Amino acid sequence: MKRNQMLIPMPLRYLINAVLFAAFLWIMNSLITGGAISRYHSGIISSIGISIILAVSLNMATGYLGQLPLGHAGFMALGAYTSALIMKSAAAAKGLESALGASYAAYFFPAALVAGGLAAALFALLIGMPALRLRGDYLAILTLGFGEIIRVVLLNIDNVLGFKLTNGAAGLQKIPTTTTFLFTFIFVGITCFVIHTMMKSRHGRAILSIRENEIAAESCGISTTYYKTLGFVVSAFFAGIAGGLYAGNVGILNPSSFGFMKSIEILVMVVLGGMGSMLGSVLSASVLTALPELLRSFAENRMVVYSLVLVIVMIFKPTGLMGTYDFSLNGLLDKLILKLKGGNARFQKGGPDE
Amino acid sequence: MSQFQRTPVKLVPVPSTNIIPERDIDKTPILEVSHLGIDFGGLTAVDDFNMAIGRTEIAGLIGPNGAGKTTVFNLLTKVYQPTRGTIMLDGRDTAGMSTIQVNKLGIARTFQNIRLFKNLPVLDNVLIGLHNEMGYHSPAAVLRLPAYWRAERIAKERALELLSIFDMRDTAYARAGSLPYGAQRRLEIVRALGTNPALLLLDEPAAGMNPSETTELMENIQKIRDTFKIAIMLIEHDMSLVMGICEGICVLNYGRIIAKGSPEDIQSNPQVIEAYLGKRKEGA
Amino acid sequence: MSLVISQLINGLQSGSIYALVALGYSMVYGIIMLLNFAHGDIIMVGAYAAWFVMVRLSLNPVLAIILAILACTVLGVVIEKVAYTPLRSSPRLSLLITAIGISFLLENLAQRVFGAGAQKVPALISGPAIEIGGQRFSFIAMVTIVVSVVSMALLTFLVRKTKMGKAMRAVSEDMGTAQLMGINVNLTISFTFAVGSALAGIGSILYSCAYPQASPTMGAMLGLKAFVAAVLGGIGSIPGAMLGGFCIGLAEAIVSAVGLSVWKDGVVFAILIVVLVVKPTGILGRAIREKV
Repeated sequence: MKRNQMLIPMPLRYLINAVLFAAFLWIMNSLITGGAISRYHSGIISSIGISIILAVSLNMATGYLGQLPLGHAGFMALGAYTSALIMKSAAAAKGLESALGASYAAYFFPAALVAGGLAAALFALLIGMPALRLRGDYLAILTLGFGEIIRVVLLNIDNVLGFKLTNGAAGLQKIPTTTTFLFTFIFVGITCFVIHTMMKSRHGRAILSIRENEIAAESCGISTTYYKTLGFVVSAFFAGIAGGLYAGNVGILNPSSFGFMKSIEILVMVVLGGMGSMLGSVLSASVLTALPELLRSFAENRMVVYSLVLVIVMIFKPTGLMGTYDFSLNGLLDKLILKLKGGNARFQKGGPDE
Repeated sequence: MSQFQRTPVKLVPVPSTNIIPERDIDKTPILEVSHLGIDFGGLTAVDDFNMAIGRTEIAGLIGPNGAGKTTVFNLLTKVYQPTRGTIMLDGRDTAGMSTIQVNKLGIARTFQNIRLFKNLPVLDNVLIGLHNEMGYHSPAAVLRLPAYWRAERIAKERALELLSIFDMRDTAYARAGSLPYGAQRRLEIVRALGTNPALLLLDEPAAGMNPSETTELMENIQKIRDTFKIAIMLIEHDMSLVMGICEGICVLNYGRIIAKGSPEDIQSNPQVIEAYLGKRKEGA
Repeated sequence: MSLVISQLINGLQSGSIYALVALGYSMVYGIIMLLNFAHGDIIMVGAYAAWFVMVRLSLNPVLAIILAILACTVLGVVIEKVAYTPLRSSPRLSLLITAIGISFLLENLAQRVFGAGAQKVPALISGPAIEIGGQRFSFIAMVTIVVSVVSMALLTFLVRKTKMGKAMRAVSEDMGTAQLMGINVNLTISFTFAVGSALAGIGSILYSCAYPQASPTMGAMLGLKAFVAAVLGGIGSIPGAMLGGFCIGLAEAIVSAVGLSVWKDGVVFAILIVVLVVKPTGILGRAIREKV
């Protein structure tokens, strides 16, 4: 028996995944619109989705690229404020409502999210270019500083501009709450798909090679600066998208929600799930977002637990819970089919696409 | 896929006995180095290094420990920028180029202290070597356009072919770091070949290998030269290997060339013997 | 004119504190290549220790100073033994994440134990203002500057002239070779952490004199700025850390003096970005070449 064969051919594998994901979206959405899931709980489900995007995107920079950006919340803030300001001005334009109908905001939301993502990506490009040429620790400290600068700017920019833009410490209010379950999880799907397909390509392998051995990567003709910047910018882009979804979920933005603590929270999700495992990020983002909501006692000690998690995982299981294992539904189906056929061939992970 | 600098050679298994006769070796130089030198803060590590390698020549770089051999490799691959001198590859001056540019121009190397992508599968290590041979852009990858599928399929086939030079096809899905030491050294050579070089630099390829592995490696190095028609330069301490396969040898001591020539010349050169064995005491 | 001088003294005072903290960063980075995030939080623990001894135990200031410095020293060594030693052969990313975890743990534990609010630290050092050439200088500012210069001089002596200093330099150059030469690497690294943390302890006393309160997050920003000072001066260099500290302190004083104090933190990080772009090795640092 030939090793590593894929019993289900490639395009079909994508189709199976797409159909299953669409079915999941449809079921959940009808449960929510039908009222089987309360508004409170659907809000939590949306924040789980947002956390997943944040964790999966940080995993790209930390797990795959091997860098440690500590300003992920800063990129999230950029996306949140950008998209919130766009949505607020769209809501203020009264004429649009009659032209496009009552739910007109929905038309603007995806564009506003992408604009937020682009804003974050632009800033990532600006700070990544000097920092990524240097040793890893400098990126950590520089992004940390950047996150703090973003917070200070959001607090004080109104005094400089002379008009109300971010509304300082009082916070940006009355943002249209356009984030729905469907929106959030479509973007969760897009994020996971884009990062997955990117990592399983020559670009993704180049990014992994930088994590593994930078000098060897250069000797293979890989432009390390370019790919470091690419990984970092893509990671920031999705953090910006998550920020926009967050703004539309809570309706109020305050600079203090995007401090260093938030960045660390996302890092904990990635570390616990296993740096380099998308499935790990998804799982730990879900659990760590749902837990404080469901368990009040956990919420109180959350930060102490998080910091202990970082230290204990690093000392005792540096690969995190999932290691670099990535789940492949079709891989599982392959094994199942083979079992039914009675074949007892040993399977090996791998192949250009799982 | 039109971005290939040189069309990759189609691999046909060449029996190891089918060695290019001496008269067929292409001696027109692929690499010309003149007056190359580097100082590390006052200390001159390499000075006045001159050498030329023919297009399908196997050249050896030998010398005692600390003579500056690896530094020469680091200069050729621009890990260090030279303080003095010029490096011409295929008639083009590489001054001011980076490691990456030099690699794209056709110099590939292995490392003395193995530098594999340890946590990735063997196949991916080779595919990373083939990175610049695959021409598709990131949108094509993300949207899984036909260009992606085609390039990936060709690259995978080629990677497996390259692995089969060293009989490593079966280990394609193993983690590179889990391979035995000798196999890791061979994988580094395969990865370097993936970048489609015109000149391959091997830094102590036989280190840690037993005599039978070394013999096999010698045959394989010649096979690589004969199949790919490329120049190979190697640093090695195993004299049986160097004398057995190198057509030209360069001896380095204290950062300077002390002798150049054919294996026979080198073996009888008094300066070389002195560098390796020390000066004979007067009257001893 | 007197305003300029007093701002200058302010800058030098906070700069001295940054310098003391920066020395700790620099020493640890020099020896195990770790950006010790928890270093800033050791200062926080020092301030709480001083507060605890004086307010809760009602002991005298001299005892508070000694106990606070001792607490910092012990804490530094314990952190090194518990969290960093097991990871010495791990990837640097793991070590860095652990350091962040420890920093975060200290902050949150302090918050759980002492509450999120600030505690007022009573005056540890007091004395009459000093008059030089018609200009009055605050006693504390003078003590701060003198203490930090003396500490730096002592540290330089320690590193240059003593056997332990030689061991420290050897370990930072090449840990493996140092071990082969019979140097006790574990002891040397612990000693480095102890010295760095003791300096942080001194820094925390001086900081508490200048800003007499202890709060769980006081160390975070102070630590970061000190790290920027270390990078600016050249990481691994003792005079560099001092110089970087003074530069950062003065820059902050200038920014505050022109009425932009809310942007103070921004300016410090802007300095970091400029240094990293223009001269990544810092003012007095030397380049580290990776062996290929």
